[in-house]
Amino acid sequence: MKKELRVRPIKNGTVIDHIAAGQALNVLKILGIVGRTDAVVSAVTNVPSKAMGKKDIVKVEDRELAPHEVDKIALIAPSATINIIREYKVKEKHKVAPPNMIEGVVKCANPNCISNTKEPVTSKFTVDKHEKGVQLRCVYCERIISENIVEHLF
Amino acid sequence: MFTKKHIISMRDFSKAEIDVILKKAEELEPFAKGKKSNLLAGKILALLFYEPSTRTRLSFETAMKRLGGETINMISPEASSASKGETLADTIRVVSEYADVVVLRHSKEGSARMAADVSSAPIINAGDGAGHHPTQTLLDLYTIKRESHLENLSIALIGDLKYGRTVHSLAYALSLYGAKISLVSPEQLKMPDEIKSDLRKRGVDVSETTKLEDVISHVDVLYVTRIQKERFPDPSEYQKVAGTYRISAPLLKDAKDDMIIMHPLPRVDEIDADVDATKHARYFQQAFYGIPVRMAVLSLVLEAR
Repeated sequence: MKKELRVRPIKNGTVIDHIAAGQALNVLKILGIVGRTDAVVSAVTNVPSKAMGKKDIVKVEDRELAPHEVDKIALIAPSATINIIREYKVKEKHKVAPPNMIEGVVKCANPNCISNTKEPVTSKFTVDKHEKGVQLRCVYCERIISENIVEHLF
Repeated sequence: MFTKKHIISMRDFSKAEIDVILKKAEELEPFAKGKKSNLLAGKILALLFYEPSTRTRLSFETAMKRLGGETINMISPEASSASKGETLADTIRVVSEYADVVVLRHSKEGSARMAADVSSAPIINAGDGAGHHPTQTLLDLYTIKRESHLENLSIALIGDLKYGRTVHSLAYALSLYGAKISLVSPEQLKMPDEIKSDLRKRGVDVSETTKLEDVISHVDVLYVTRIQKERFPDPSEYQKVAGTYRISAPLLKDAKDDMIIMHPLPRVDEIDADVDATKHARYFQQAFYGIPVRMAVLSLVLEAR
């Protein structure tokens, strides 16, 4: 029997695979795609996966993800793989890796942190991997963000 | 060799670096008591206190002057350029060109780290909001070293362990020495789980209780803190716990002979005045040790430049 494709292949663009189940919409949010693009976007959630049990997939047509966008994805979907598609072929494929340090991506959760004032400071976090994903520690006030990182994105 | 340029957070320090500071403090202690020194002659310390402080400010000033250095001051934040809308970053850039070392207290957490990013002179954090106050932790460690012992220590931390960052920093620093830590607090003010698990990962033997009586007979140090009224949204909740841990002389009858009581001060009613005269009281000695420790920190960051 021919394997049924849930989402048809794309000609050009980016396929983000191996996203933790349930995070597809958050990935779209990070990419700033919701409501702000004419690109054709498909998101599939809870796809059966050998490695992960269930996973989500996001396909963005005619857009190749820039590295700073990939960093952001790693924060909420550390196991994701990025596939750059040109003429229906995978031209580049890489796993996202959470960076050791992120700057200007996440807003500190502490309202009294110096990075949330008019001072000329770019928010900066160290990134620690742990069992459930990643944990961020503000370089300035040391407040930890370990859950719902997506809610703290700028 | 001490290579830290700035003193911002205890998390930046290795055990070896802490030991260098404590050793230096011991060397300088005679000068804290009035013996003359010109170690920091010709050096200028700028004190930038955006929030009120008595002890910390006076002890930094004393430490600098006892070593022959001089201090410059902001009269008050209201009279400073901050009231004209200048950023802290700009103030630090300017003042760090005037002085050889800057001590900063500010209401925002992380302000000292930011200051270090833009400063040409060493920054010493003297409290950033609810954040760090590393010289307090260092003087606590020094007190324990001088009046008890840092290795194989059994210590009870008492009071507000939820919001009290002083105890978080101290517990973290003690983890480097392998302490046994008993946490004593009301249910509402227990130490946050992530800090406890962090301490356990570092090999600390952590136990918890709500009763002071459970620990008093076996610890080497009772570290008492104030329960801060402003932490409670409901005043009646505060009243419930306010008098919970009141150390009095009779309560100490089962304590070890050489057990010491510490408190970062100011105290309100956590320690009765009748404890002051017991052999256990060390909180005033602890306050004095702020001088040699701050002398050590000042001289080390100035040498490290």
